[in-house]
Amino acid sequence: MGLSTPAAASHRALADLRRPRGRRATEAAAHAVLLVATLAGIGFLAVLLADILRDGVPRLDLDFLISYSSRHPEQFGVLSSLTGTLSLMVLVALFSFPVGVGAALYLQEFAPDNRFTRLLQVNIANLAGVPSVVYGLLAAGVFVYFLGFGRSLFSGAMALSLLILPVIIVASREALRAVPTSIREAGLALGATPWQVTYRQVLPMAMPGVMTGTILALSRAIGEAAPVLVAGAVFSRRATNEPWKMGEAFAAMPVQIFDLVKRPQHAFQIEVAAAGIVVLLGALLLMNAVAIVLRNRYSRRW
Amino acid sequence: MSRGTARANPLARSSGRPGEKVVLGLLFACGALSIVTTVAIVAVLLVEGSAFFGSISLVEFVTDTRWQPFGEPGSAGFRVGIAPLVAGTLLVTGIGLVVAVPLGLGTAMYLSEYARPRARAILKPILEVLAGVPTVVLGFFALTFVTPLLQDIFGARTIDIYNAGSAGIVVGLMIVPTIASLSEDAMSAVPRELREAAYGVGATTRQVVARVVFPAALSGIVAAVILGMGRAIGETMIVSIAAGNLPTLTVMPGAQVQTMTAYIVQAVGGESARGSLTYQSIFAVGLVLFAMTLALNVVAQRVVRRFTQEYG
Repeated sequence: MGLSTPAAASHRALADLRRPRGRRATEAAAHAVLLVATLAGIGFLAVLLADILRDGVPRLDLDFLISYSSRHPEQFGVLSSLTGTLSLMVLVALFSFPVGVGAALYLQEFAPDNRFTRLLQVNIANLAGVPSVVYGLLAAGVFVYFLGFGRSLFSGAMALSLLILPVIIVASREALRAVPTSIREAGLALGATPWQVTYRQVLPMAMPGVMTGTILALSRAIGEAAPVLVAGAVFSRRATNEPWKMGEAFAAMPVQIFDLVKRPQHAFQIEVAAAGIVVLLGALLLMNAVAIVLRNRYSRRW
Repeated sequence: MSRGTARANPLARSSGRPGEKVVLGLLFACGALSIVTTVAIVAVLLVEGSAFFGSISLVEFVTDTRWQPFGEPGSAGFRVGIAPLVAGTLLVTGIGLVVAVPLGLGTAMYLSEYARPRARAILKPILEVLAGVPTVVLGFFALTFVTPLLQDIFGARTIDIYNAGSAGIVVGLMIVPTIASLSEDAMSAVPRELREAAYGVGATTRQVVARVVFPAALSGIVAAVILGMGRAIGETMIVSIAAGNLPTLTVMPGAQVQTMTAYIVQAVGGESARGSLTYQSIFAVGLVLFAMTLALNVVAQRVVRRFTQEYG
């Protein structure tokens, strides 16, 4: 008894320290508040999706995808906006993928550690924070007027390409950084030139990460309305139905949705707009799924 | 290693072959394009914006309290004070931050300190999905769901069809993922030893979060909030759809306002001819918008660099 008492007392003291009186309730409350904060964002997303599906799905059918614009809500279709968005995506990918990967290769593999390189890095970080509508103004000033491309598919594609370049550069650098230095050293030791090592060893190994980042950046680009609206997209009633004409006014899904939401008629504003949103979200979901598959299937750990 | 691997990289040395030099030159050009982009943005805004200030005095632009840039200068009703547009932008951004800061920081604390790995693995991708929803979709939701909800609660007399409140709430939810993920990065970077020491002297999880992790990560958290604020200021489609197009100098969340970004979209939609004052005004407003977001970016970078504590 004489021996056990101090031990029991110290054990109790330790328990008191771990769970002092009244603290348990505050702890639980803090935990609950933070959990609710986390679930609020997710709840918002759930309500958003449910609302859009409820409004949009009844109006959605095959005709909606293969019809052009119409004054009658029940005959309205998004074909011209859909083809416009697809052509935009192809153009943006053709430009931003090689340029973004090139810039990432330069910064990650070749750039000397000097003031200019640091300026480049800070500049790319700042460009990522420039509002998308400002890229629209850039394209309006440079491509629409100064270079004379007019309000066209090309001008819109350039606005989006410049907008997502920082995203592609950052993601590609991350993927390149994950390739171990030993691979490069081994290549050089075998007598390969730096570019041979880059092109045949480093880049293929980083490609899954680069592709994932590019697809996610592209999915951001095709959801953007503001830059293309400023740089040349029009609403589908006046757009070209031949999206391969790069110099013509074009329609795009997000811009079309904006036009529909702004209309006074309830059928356009709610049902047709929501159906358009379902199509756009479906396209984004598809792209994200491809990106996730690429990431899971080809990603390697070192 | 920390800032790019340029120094440690074995490839970063010159090769004698001319072909290699050409390729390196091309890669350099890709990188330098980002500098060209920045210069072009500034040049376009300054050239077109200065044309605007050729016919409008800067004093009027800053001090006038009305924004009515339609018609000819000097004609009745032509007033170009940017104050209502800036006020509209700040009102929406302020409401957004009231929503986003508690939710974003709460989410970050939960994910970083409370959530188990499995919960994190489920919750984080969902937040990424939220970050990927196009803003035109969020605008639709603000106008057709949030506004009617606010009207039901506060009455249609206090809440206009187009109002700063509903746009601000949805803008806030839009930047929750930005603030949450950047703050969580900052909190996760706090060394484990600090937490273990605090737990070792008997602190509870809440105390560790509030008195150890939060203060240690404060610079990163402040930077996250500033970057979120920059995104809110530059957000265009939500406000164009839900906040309206009536430049108003007000602090009432139920009132219709116009933000700088919404004005740009409205004026472009009017397809004003190049050289007209309306066309130039778009770039003048764009210049103010660009300056505000750039300043926030620079401040955020400074905060991180200046107040980051080095551990180990």
